[in-house]
Amino acid sequence: MNVIVCVKQIPDPALPGELDPDHTLKRDVKLILDESDMYGVEMALQLVDAAGGGEVTLVSMAPNSEKGGLRTALAMGAAKAVLVSDGSLAGSDSLGTARVLARAVERAGGADLVLTATESTDGYTGTVPGQVAELLGWPSLTFAKKVDVADGKVTIQRQTEAGYDVVEAPLPAVVSVTAGVVEPRYPSFKGIMAAKNKPIDECTPSDLGLSGDQVGWSGARQEIVSVAAAPEREAGEKIEDDGTAHERVVAFLEELKLI
Amino acid sequence: MAIGKVLVFAEADGAAVSSATLELLTKAREIGDAVEAVIVSADAAAVAPQLGEYGAAVVHAADPQGRLSGVVGAAALASVVASSAPAVVLCAQSYDGRDAISHLSARIDRPVLTNAVDVRVDGDALVAQSAMFGGNTLVDTKLTSGQPWLVVVRPKSFAAEPGGAAAGEVVSLGDLELGRSGEAAVLDKHVEEREGPQLEEAAVVVSGGRGIGSAENYGPLVDDLAGLLNGASGATRAIVDAGWVPYSKQVGQTGKTVKPKLYVAVGISGATQHLVGMKGSDTIIAINKDPEAPIFSVADLGIVGDATTVVPRIVEAIRARG
Ligand SMILES: Cc1cc2nc3c(=O)[nH]c(=O)nc-3n(C[C@H](O)[C@H](O)[C@H](O)COP(=O)(O)OP(=O)(O)OC[C@H]3O[C@@H](n4cnc5c(N)ncnc54)[C@H](O)[C@@H]3O)c2cc1C
Repeated sequence: MNVIVCVKQIPDPALPGELDPDHTLKRDVKLILDESDMYGVEMALQLVDAAGGGEVTLVSMAPNSEKGGLRTALAMGAAKAVLVSDGSLAGSDSLGTARVLARAVERAGGADLVLTATESTDGYTGTVPGQVAELLGWPSLTFAKKVDVADGKVTIQRQTEAGYDVVEAPLPAVVSVTAGVVEPRYPSFKGIMAAKNKPIDECTPSDLGLSGDQVGWSGARQEIVSVAAAPEREAGEKIEDDGTAHERVVAFLEELKLI
Repeated sequence: MAIGKVLVFAEADGAAVSSATLELLTKAREIGDAVEAVIVSADAAAVAPQLGEYGAAVVHAADPQGRLSGVVGAAALASVVASSAPAVVLCAQSYDGRDAISHLSARIDRPVLTNAVDVRVDGDALVAQSAMFGGNTLVDTKLTSGQPWLVVVRPKSFAAEPGGAAAGEVVSLGDLELGRSGEAAVLDKHVEEREGPQLEEAAVVVSGGRGIGSAENYGPLVDDLAGLLNGASGATRAIVDAGWVPYSKQVGQTGKTVKPKLYVAVGISGATQHLVGMKGSDTIIAINKDPEAPIFSVADLGIVGDATTVVPRIVEAIRARG
């Protein structure tokens, strides 16, 4: 079974986020693999293992030719990657991104299953999985907290407000996985060394047959009209517990008329 | 100034329309000349009165027939877009809402603005405001594509107020063209048990984070206090991922948005992804042993201390009052 995982390389979320002058997230910094994507990579590796053959391929899009994050996922065990990279991709919205990823899936030779995270850590639109599925003409099964593949079908437990639904579809299909679907492995030293020589097929939107008005700012068809700091919440009273802090809390609850 | 017809993707659990849907309908009345809704339900007649009361004059209904509501919703929205050209489509940042809008977006080739916390009309354009970086930066964006403009709104962004109109007129959409997206079948539904008020509706929310120490401590340090205050208990993603509590309790970016009168954060660091789901609360109490924890920057009352000793004392003191 062949599985393609859509992965994103993002600025380190531990660092404070910054905006470029065009108001998009600053991305010409060192990019790392989005932690949310490690679950999809791990899930894919386990599914291919369980199927007894096949390989895991990564597809990714970046405005610069950053590969560090891809190397992390290759070190986990993915076999190869397609990286769509071009300055014209800057400013792409979720639909533009989905167009690129759907074409990259085709360039990678298609697959039985495409896995994604439910949303990226930096952009968090949560719309790319459904858009990729619709563009490929495949079913999408989103918010999976458990994934099984058997007899040409994928079955998931789909997170809902109240619990979960069991959802099934014939392959090929797109599945988005939540954090916690599996425990991602740490790349081994051997994996890290092997990743250095794994193939990354670098291409541009035009190699994928996409025109300039389908990606980047012009494809996004939106305009940022203003950026402002949100009104800050004021920090109030802060006390160190000396054994009596609970009394202050109880008094506070009384003031709020909650007790 | 109003902006033409607004179509709302409505969601309901049986006959109970979701509060996020009622919020969207309220906003739709404000920005639109006409409001209609799409609902994926086998019994649209049951929800039409409430949808109408909040503003939907027409309720376009699609039968899920065992398929995913969001995916059927996308086809239903596409069909209404084709037949009556709404200016705007609004849906909630929910599971089914995201399925619906993402399939619709690719299907009709329109961009989507997500994570909106406000929507307003500016001249002949629609401006959506969304919160970035965990809510500390507000970005106003205008769509320059053709209509309909697709916007996904975070629940609890605005109040829901009935407009007092009669039940919406139910129009059945009949067979819809789903293509392969319709091959995803819902085989079974599992509902996790819950007692007490619902997280999104509760006036008091007590949430626990990794600082409570263990799954066993969730009862005494979180549930007990929530119970005494007639509230609901919540959690951070860290302890949901650790399997201490079910996902339905998660508050934050990828969980629920809550706006109670009081939010009590027990052993929670205050990551931006958690803050975005709770910092609209009227009052916040935080208990954390690290004086530098970011949660204190949004707390009206911060207790620097060990939750495993402070919370039981609070619980005991409230119980002692009888
Ligand atoms: C894409 C994405 C989406 C996310 N979505 C969400 C979301 O929806 N909701 C969410 O909550 N998180 C979310 N997160 C995770 C978020 O970034 C944090 O990792 C998480 O909120 C941290 O949870 P925590 O506060 O329980 O744990 P920690 O950050 O580990 O904090 C534990 C805190 O407990 C304190 N503590 C320890 N012992 C004690 C004690 N005895 N008494 C008192 N205090 C103590 C510590 O000082 C610390 O501040 C998301 C992350 C990503 C990348």
